[in-house]
Amino acid sequence: MYEKTLTQLAAALKSGEFSSRELTAHYLQRIEKADGKLNSFISVTAEQALKHAEIADNARAAGTAGPLAGIPLALKDIFCTRDVKTSCGSKMLDNFIAPYNATVVEKLNAAGTISLGKTNMDEFAMGSSNENSYYGPVKNPWDLTAVPGGSSGGSAAAVAAGLIPAAMGTDTGGSIRQPAAFCGITGLKPTYGRVSRFGIIAYASSLDQAGPMARSAEDCAHLLGVIAGHDGRDSTSVTRGVPDYVENLNAPLSGLKIGLPKEYFGDGLDPDVEKAVREAVKVYESLGATVREVSLPHTHYAIPAYYVIAPAEASSNLSRYDGVRFGYRCDNPSDLIDLYTRSRAEGFGEEVKRRILIGTHTLSEGFFDAYYTKAQKVRRLIRQDFLDAFEDVDVLMGPASPTPAFDLGAKKDPVSMYLQDIYTIAVNLAGIPGISVPAGFSNGRPVGLQILGTHFAEAQLLNVAHQFQQATDWHLQRPAFAEEYA
Amino acid sequence: MQWETVIGLEVHVQLATRSKIFSGASTAFGAEPNTQACAVDLGLPGALPVLNEQAVAMAVQFGLAVHADIAEVSVFDRKNYFYPDLPKGYQTSQMYHPIVGPGDVEITLEDGATKLIRIHHAHLEEDAGKSLHEDFHGMTGIDLNRAGTPLLEIVSEPDMRSAKEAAAYLKAIHSIVTYLGISDGNMAEGSMRCDVNVSVRPTGQEAFGTRAEIKNVNSFRFVERAIAFEVERQIELIEDGGSVVQETRLFDPDRDETRSMRTKEEANDYRYFPCPDLLPVVLDQAYLDHLRSQLPELPADKRERFQNELGLSAYDANVISASRDMAEFFEAVHNECGDAKQSANWVQGELSGALNRENLSIANSPISARQLGQLISRVLDNTINGKAAKEVFQALWNGQGESADDIIDAKGLKQVTDTGAIEAMIDQVIADSPAQVAQYRDSEPEKRGKMIGYFVGQVMKASRGTANPQQVNGLLKEKLDALL
Repeated sequence: MYEKTLTQLAAALKSGEFSSRELTAHYLQRIEKADGKLNSFISVTAEQALKHAEIADNARAAGTAGPLAGIPLALKDIFCTRDVKTSCGSKMLDNFIAPYNATVVEKLNAAGTISLGKTNMDEFAMGSSNENSYYGPVKNPWDLTAVPGGSSGGSAAAVAAGLIPAAMGTDTGGSIRQPAAFCGITGLKPTYGRVSRFGIIAYASSLDQAGPMARSAEDCAHLLGVIAGHDGRDSTSVTRGVPDYVENLNAPLSGLKIGLPKEYFGDGLDPDVEKAVREAVKVYESLGATVREVSLPHTHYAIPAYYVIAPAEASSNLSRYDGVRFGYRCDNPSDLIDLYTRSRAEGFGEEVKRRILIGTHTLSEGFFDAYYTKAQKVRRLIRQDFLDAFEDVDVLMGPASPTPAFDLGAKKDPVSMYLQDIYTIAVNLAGIPGISVPAGFSNGRPVGLQILGTHFAEAQLLNVAHQFQQATDWHLQRPAFAEEYA
Repeated sequence: MQWETVIGLEVHVQLATRSKIFSGASTAFGAEPNTQACAVDLGLPGALPVLNEQAVAMAVQFGLAVHADIAEVSVFDRKNYFYPDLPKGYQTSQMYHPIVGPGDVEITLEDGATKLIRIHHAHLEEDAGKSLHEDFHGMTGIDLNRAGTPLLEIVSEPDMRSAKEAAAYLKAIHSIVTYLGISDGNMAEGSMRCDVNVSVRPTGQEAFGTRAEIKNVNSFRFVERAIAFEVERQIELIEDGGSVVQETRLFDPDRDETRSMRTKEEANDYRYFPCPDLLPVVLDQAYLDHLRSQLPELPADKRERFQNELGLSAYDANVISASRDMAEFFEAVHNECGDAKQSANWVQGELSGALNRENLSIANSPISARQLGQLISRVLDNTINGKAAKEVFQALWNGQGESADDIIDAKGLKQVTDTGAIEAMIDQVIADSPAQVAQYRDSEPEKRGKMIGYFVGQVMKASRGTANPQQVNGLLKEKLDALL
């Protein structure tokens, strides 16, 4: 069963080829067998999943089931779930159970999908390798010595290994697209505001956005249709209607204008990655698209601007973890200051503390204008770069990451880790959508093609990605791990 | 040396919305601790704020009432600091782009003089919770019911020059917000709290002196006392060769003094930045026009109208217009009886006295404006005399009748104006008082005026207070003089 895409599984459930209970049990068994090696899950909720699968089967029998009813999924452990721990990959929230579901979770529940558990992640979504998790690093199923990418590394690894047909991730600077690229799956970051952030533990509120991670663009189209839409509980979610993302998948690409940002093919780009991306672009040419070079002149400011804005917001968002009301509290605090300092010193990991310090500094009196205000100006310029480019072309294409997955422990200094996100980060600053699709391999590790569109162009991105997947089979390839261990 | 005091006020007004500024939790006062705090108020992970539109409307109404510029775009910022009763580790406020821009408020001083105090701006923000230090055996309890309650912080220019002016300004703000119905203005429950900025400078000097900020001065009286103390402290300090340091001080009403809380050097760096969870508030002209059309007549306008159109004195107009409830009660009384001066006298005199005695607000008056107006009408049309009117008032207050007329009938208080009846009573009194009549007759003519009081009293007694006193006086004089 695990060989099938989510779309195929939905069809099989509908035709009665197998039940949701059988399907759910199948994936639970695979998780049970293989996840000891991958560490992609923080919590597995087998009992609850089987119960919900039965409800889905009953609904199916009664004729009231929706198209995705009974499909097993996993949630990055950043989505709040009632009755199931939501740790955000942190010791700080190792004991935290939210009294509510995230809106994304509510919508998935309403569609009848079955959550099998919560996936591992970099602590508070800060990281590009999943090595920053309190629950230990996740391994890449294509090569257990490689990282799966981050911060949604658990979701990406679990999907790639066939432990789950699809999973939900979040993307603040590339946290869906980069792990999708590293693990050879398809991952979509929607336009900021397309999906409600309610119940998603905030890292950087003006950048965070949830999206689907699955085997194919078609799978992502089905899932985005479920989770997108306005939510009265998130002021930044847009009221704009949700189109039918599946309906548009087969639109022909003849006449599609593709732009290749020259800044995305410069120094630091792995030659194998470049080769794979250029090959992919050729496929598009064969489908009738035209290609031209474009420029996003402020690209090299994206990482510095991001590492001012995101930590600034994070330093404030993470102030609530103070040991007073919930979460980790140090033993025997001597007074209030001791309670604060030790709870936070002991509860947060290194990278989180680093970003809190950066953000606290850049917001401080005397530094605010030089850092935060300037970074916001840069952010506007970066956004304008994209808007200008989309005057001339329909979509932009380039690598999702400058290299394939690197080895665990390979990136020792934070800045070299930050540079991993050079092609993904500007997209969050601009608020536009982006998708990463498998486009080949480098030494056995997957390479991702990133496709970008203008605000709310998800239907077009999914169409463009789907047509590529109709013409290639990179997305259907499976790591040997999927057979051997599971 | 002569010193001049310079005062500016920051007034925090709790807005009377039903739910909190960023959540649906109730704002009702006095509930069990932590029963009115939802996920948003508790700062739980993943919870997000959603702005309460009613709070925006109330802030705009205030802005319009003080002739302020209303910002087309205002922005919420986060003020970051750690405190146990601040659940998110930041307070959502408006630092850089407040909703209400510069405006002004007219204050009336005790001598009836008026002065314009400029408003620097007013901004929306959320309140913090409460730290409870008692009853926890050395530990601190946290009640988050108040967390997220909407506040409008009104910041004045340093335009006040005395404690009296500051108190008058605070009263004017109180009057405006209660008129608008955007706050209950209950200072005892913390619905209005005040920080006072005070400095002194030699009279004639243009530059301001160094100021101290006095926190949490929570009554009209305390504002005057805190300022009086602080001014004296600063002048003494400077005259002794010292200098005022910029600092935050706390007023202790029990000891009648201010104490240093923290100096400028110890002040927090709040690291303000725009809240990414909330969109900028964008207001269009149609919305402002709509709210403007809903504004009630404001205290300053009422005061002017009471003075100019109804002929009340400046003092009466000021006192009566200070509270919307009283002003409206007065207007209803006036509508009923048609006599503004009598209405003002009764509302400020008999009614206010009775309300104060029983600690009631005018909104809870046992006597309605209609009842009082009818009572005054009966005095005006001579149905009853002043003495009887007080008795009718008391009876109405005690609920002994539905209307003044009912009570007048039931108690037989209708004034006797029938000359024949009064003459009969006079004749009887004269017949019953031969000694007094003799004394009257033997007195010097200039002393007789005083002596007539005895006979008037007797006649009024005989009439059980219902005889028309003027008639009694006139007829008595005629009859007694006829005996001379």
